[in-house]
Amino acid sequence: MPELNYSGAVNAALRRCLEEIPETLLYGEDVAKPGGVHGVTRRLWKDFGDRVFDTPISESAILGSAIGAAMLGRRPIVEIMWADFFLVALDQMVNQAANVRYISEGRLTAPLVVRTQQGNSPGACAQHSQNLEALFTHTPGLRVAMPSTPQDAFDIMVSAVYSDDPVVVIDNRTLYFGDKQEVVTDAAPAPIGGSHLRRTGDTATVVTWGAITHQVLAAADRLAEEGVQVTVLETPWLNPFDHDALHQSLASTGGRLAVVHEANTTGGFGGEVIVRALEAGVLSGRPLRIGTDDSRIPATPELAAALIPGADRIFTELKQFLTR
Amino acid sequence: MTTDRLAADLRAMWRIRAFEEKIQALHKNGDVRGSVHLCIGQEAGPVGACDALGEPDALFATYRGHGWAIGRGTPLRPLFAELLGRATGVNGGRGGSAHFSAPEYGFYGENSIVGGGASHAVGAALAGKYDGTDRLAMTVFGDGAMNQGAVHEAMNFAAVFGLPVLFLCENNRYSELTPIRDMVRNEQLTDRATALGMPATRIDGNDPAVVRETVADLAEAAREGGGPAFVELTTQRLVGHYIGDVQQYRTKEDLEADALVEPIVVATKKLAESGVDTDAIEREVREEVETAARQALADPAADVSKVKEHLYA
Repeated sequence: MPELNYSGAVNAALRRCLEEIPETLLYGEDVAKPGGVHGVTRRLWKDFGDRVFDTPISESAILGSAIGAAMLGRRPIVEIMWADFFLVALDQMVNQAANVRYISEGRLTAPLVVRTQQGNSPGACAQHSQNLEALFTHTPGLRVAMPSTPQDAFDIMVSAVYSDDPVVVIDNRTLYFGDKQEVVTDAAPAPIGGSHLRRTGDTATVVTWGAITHQVLAAADRLAEEGVQVTVLETPWLNPFDHDALHQSLASTGGRLAVVHEANTTGGFGGEVIVRALEAGVLSGRPLRIGTDDSRIPATPELAAALIPGADRIFTELKQFLTR
Repeated sequence: MTTDRLAADLRAMWRIRAFEEKIQALHKNGDVRGSVHLCIGQEAGPVGACDALGEPDALFATYRGHGWAIGRGTPLRPLFAELLGRATGVNGGRGGSAHFSAPEYGFYGENSIVGGGASHAVGAALAGKYDGTDRLAMTVFGDGAMNQGAVHEAMNFAAVFGLPVLFLCENNRYSELTPIRDMVRNEQLTDRATALGMPATRIDGNDPAVVRETVADLAEAAREGGGPAFVELTTQRLVGHYIGDVQQYRTKEDLEADALVEPIVVATKKLAESGVDTDAIEREVREEVETAARQALADPAADVSKVKEHLYA
């Protein structure tokens, strides 16, 4: 079993898909010879030749050509270098990719995977900091995933490429060069979807996704030191979302629910998760929602940190929520 | 060009014209509902250009795409059915007038976003590079799409990778409701393609023979590895941008001048001089169109019980 960090796991998954599925192509800005601005796609062009290539800085053409190629039988994996850059080509995701299967009654399909990364990191500017997953969870016809561990990064990429739907896989660049972990790389491709119970406790279920999962787990450890045990459910797939697992978990945590995401709060996917639980009648008391304050994101790290929840703020807010 | 060829072209143009006129009538009486963009006056483009396309080739059009679907050989009945919201429509009524596809005929779809389909054609050609077909992809859009960034991106992408894509611009002089000349400083639209490194030509889009010959030559060059090409078809629409557009932005003189040069009038005049019974051609085609419409009207309505299907695999 290889030991891989997050970016190595993505690279290994892409390599496996390129090996196993001859229809796959991998392209985007700087992904081939430069190996990607974060080095995630290093060396793949050397081994897969013209199936891995660099493109012009043309997000609309990258996404649109992937849709066209997918309609004609390819399985393109394309990269949007930063999620913020989706916004110059959102037409291709929302008006185009999402409509292909439905409008044609399944006569056409668009099995493409769009890789991207998002979120804040110290010194990133406002146009390289946003968490945009809710744009895609609000778009029927797209699938959306946000892994946070090397194993999920691997598994989700493989599942996404094998899926016959358009899938957006959103990394967080702060995870790329984390610790190496043993990663199973030879399991059969799993169907998309699912979630992970990262820890269990009976006071509340904290549901989260993406890089902030690690902050939530750190906060949960500190709560445990103070005798408050929470369940942490990580839902790396936002579409399909594992509402069932969440609702089952709530049954064993007294119906207390907290949702934590790095995306800003208003209109974030956390609101949807809470309402679904409310509709299912599995909530007890008021829920807690923790997200980035509704704001633009300033470049200076101290300013950004005052808006984006980290382990300290998550700990404090959870503690108030659970001990009041 | 032989008289027979022109007569066949007139018949093909009438098939599109009569289809569009029937849609107009069905819209007026409420059988066809919603937004419809007719291509009346622009029939020579699809009739001439589609002959360059073979079985593996892919065509991507715009919301003014009925003629292009017919040009690729899509039967009339399921097209009528699509616009009438029938289960037998090419997309079971989900695409409607402006967003249907018929991939079994190599018609990979209209697009209701101006310029939204150009990059799909690039992808279809890209796929052909790997799947052994060396597929030619063709995309058609209007003059207004020339001012969309997405079209510029698609053209450069095809150019830089040398992909066999033909970009056809039907210049009917009006970008929706605004003259294209008011929205460009350089009216030579072909200059943009030339600047991207692809051959570009402006031709009489009202002459199916000229369109056929030009597109066939460029298609052959593209298939031989010459990369993409751009063709501007000068033409005109004799009706509004959409049904209901009263065209206050056009003068009576403008409309009258267009009526004299539109492709059916021109072809009819030429054929009449050769003694061809053009009335018979029109009559036969109208009968064919009426039959298809009648059959489609009798088809079952789109199935509401299936409306949630096919969102995902």
